[in-house]
Amino acid sequence: MTLQSLTKDWEPMAYGFLDGSAKREIRRKMLKAISVPGCQMPYASREVPMARGWGTGGLQVSCTLVTPRTRIKVIDQGADDSVNAASIRKFLASVSGAPVTTDTLQADLIQSRHRIPEERLREDQVLVLQVPNPEPLRSVQPNMSIARQMHADADYGRMWLQLYEQIVRSGRVMQGASYPSLVNGRHVMTPSPIPRWDVPKLHMARHLTLLSAGREKRLHAVPPFTRVEPLVFDDVPYRVEDHAGLTCHRSGARGFFMNEIPQADGTSLHEVSDSDLGVKTIRAAEGEDTRIGATWYVDGEMS
Amino acid sequence: MTCILDVRGLSKGFQMHHLATHMAAFSEISLTLSAGEFLLLKGRNGAGKSTLLRTLYRSYLAQSGQILFHSSHGVIDLARAADVDVTLLRRTEIGFVTQFLSARPRVSAEELVAEPLRQAGRDPAEALEQARHWLAAFGVKRTLWPAYPTTFSGGEQQKVNLARALILPQRLLLLDEPTASLDASARAALIDRLAELKASGTAMIGVFHHPGDVATLIDREIDLTPDAPQEETRTDVVV
Amino acid sequence: MTAVMDAPRLVTARPLLTAQGLSLNYGDVPALRDVSATVYPGEVLGIVGESGSGKSTFLRCLNLEETPDRGSYTLDLPDVQGNLFDLDRFARRMLCATRIGIVYQNPHLGLLMRHSSSGNVAERLLIAGERRFGVLRHKARGALDASEFPLARMDAPPEELSGGMQQRVQLAKAIALEPALLLLDEPTTGLDVSVQALVLDTLKRLQQDRRITMVIVSHDLGVIRTLADRVMVMRRGEVVEAGLADQVFQDPQHAYTQQLVHAKL
Repeated sequence: MTLQSLTKDWEPMAYGFLDGSAKREIRRKMLKAISVPGCQMPYASREVPMARGWGTGGLQVSCTLVTPRTRIKVIDQGADDSVNAASIRKFLASVSGAPVTTDTLQADLIQSRHRIPEERLREDQVLVLQVPNPEPLRSVQPNMSIARQMHADADYGRMWLQLYEQIVRSGRVMQGASYPSLVNGRHVMTPSPIPRWDVPKLHMARHLTLLSAGREKRLHAVPPFTRVEPLVFDDVPYRVEDHAGLTCHRSGARGFFMNEIPQADGTSLHEVSDSDLGVKTIRAAEGEDTRIGATWYVDGEMS
Repeated sequence: MTCILDVRGLSKGFQMHHLATHMAAFSEISLTLSAGEFLLLKGRNGAGKSTLLRTLYRSYLAQSGQILFHSSHGVIDLARAADVDVTLLRRTEIGFVTQFLSARPRVSAEELVAEPLRQAGRDPAEALEQARHWLAAFGVKRTLWPAYPTTFSGGEQQKVNLARALILPQRLLLLDEPTASLDASARAALIDRLAELKASGTAMIGVFHHPGDVATLIDREIDLTPDAPQEETRTDVVV
Repeated sequence: MTAVMDAPRLVTARPLLTAQGLSLNYGDVPALRDVSATVYPGEVLGIVGESGSGKSTFLRCLNLEETPDRGSYTLDLPDVQGNLFDLDRFARRMLCATRIGIVYQNPHLGLLMRHSSSGNVAERLLIAGERRFGVLRHKARGALDASEFPLARMDAPPEELSGGMQQRVQLAKAIALEPALLLLDEPTTGLDVSVQALVLDTLKRLQQDRRITMVIVSHDLGVIRTLADRVMVMRRGEVVEAGLADQVFQDPQHAYTQQLVHAKL
């Protein structure tokens, strides 16, 4: 009998940076958030080796969800290669041993800032959105205690009034990102600062979306197959950004959300915001064996 | 004849708290009034003629006694009737005519006159038409009809007031010197209208500085001067 | 003291508003002592009294902003039952938004000063669930017009408007949903005398055209005289006298009312 035969090889007792009790707390809060779609759940929000406001909320949720077998994708404004996305991806991989990918179709867990990928997500995928300000009522009710009562009472008159005011003053709804949306017909949430283009993707989506704000210590969720309806007047239709007709100057992709790149001569070029989609489009054009999944938008129209 | 008003042992005085005194106005007044009857209140100054009218109208609270008004809904004691009942009767059955108009800014003469009819539920167009008829009858110049009476002279205001007060036939009409300082033609119109209302059954109690103005209408007189004979049936009229 | 009158016999309608025995203490200070009031449909009840008499507290209770220590408050409306002070926050809010309109002396209490005037009116409709922009515009315009607000300025924020105009916006907001009960707390206090007269006139017109039941609180007897059918005189949280408006003003019974009336005249 050797010592070796009586003991296991060394392996980490926990992974994902956070200690077990921190992860358990977040798991519980996520379950609550899924149970009451769109309702903000407070959580402790531990320290992570990153400054508040750089995605610590999303990171804590990702750290809780990740296992050594979870394939991770991290994007920032649609790009896998921005510094912040790369840092978070590297961090998640190193604290969990999880494999990483940039391919939306391959990912099990996608942490994102400000975008939802253009390819449709599946039942087995989880989207984690980083949220700077989870309270849609903040602009109309600075007192958070009262704002919470307003959520409890479904008292959203002021939100609607805000839209009314925008139409009266500007002739249209000016809200760009973070378009307030009613979840499951009950709670108004901010979908994090995703563009209007992305909000319809959340409606009756197959995947689970978790939205987490580290600085504000709150998270909320959109479970699969849940109604997400942007607040709009019956006679003033919801409009997404006018990107349907734009073409990506690098990949030739067309009918997706674009980044505008101003040129010295005053004109602009456009580049598809979902960098993975752009890369895949280029590869496909060059004849490589690349699979592009079904997209939410087809020919610039939400399908 | 149908009894309209049956006043029994009515007394009124004023408690003036700041002077700690009580001032009696009249006491133990009893009178009856039938439909189509015209009763003149007489008495020297301070005998309580106007006070009696106001007490009957419930602008003053009676101290004791009963004011049994035979309304179209049945007999009710105005001295004790609920405020809402009094409001209802004032709108539909009991009129009070003074010489003063309570004009309101931005309400035209014709609207003001038509108001009692509209409040009684008449068609607004018809009410306005009748209002114009009575403004004309009392001699208010046509150009003034759509104008605001707040700016009118006292005389014109008085005519507007009479048109308003008499437009809706009432069961009981209380007249508090409506003829004072009225010109001859308007006075004639007033007397015509009162005669018309009287003939249609309106019971009237009036105080007049110059009773001769309404001599032809008076059926009975009551002298409120203390110690005067309480009620006398009129035989002739001293003008 | 207030004479005891018979119960109504001719008027068969039930009172719209019945408040019974409202008492409220702020610590040791009694703000309301056993205050009761009844208001019939279409009636205007005026409440007079000096500052601190409890008249505004009473009005806040009627607007369910404040809950007395004792007393009951009912409104005779379809689907409104029981003592309204027993309602929870949500039910109170819905009731106030849809059935009760209020105009405050201070427009800051009743209005969002930086939103558009029409938006202030539209908010009520939004709370009641209206989701058509066109209808919101139309109804806001209608309510502002009924309050005699100049429509050319309907989208100007109240902070840019005069005091009289701000009161008209408050009024439009209050009547936008055609409330069963309109509460007015010193609606013309602080306005220029000429503006005051115009706002009063607007109120009078609304009252006559729509037969809105109103409770109006003012220390200004002229305002009450112009609008009210009946008057309640309050002092130190108590009702000292109540009666027909002309009776209370011409033949006040209570020493305090006499003092009040004589001070005015």
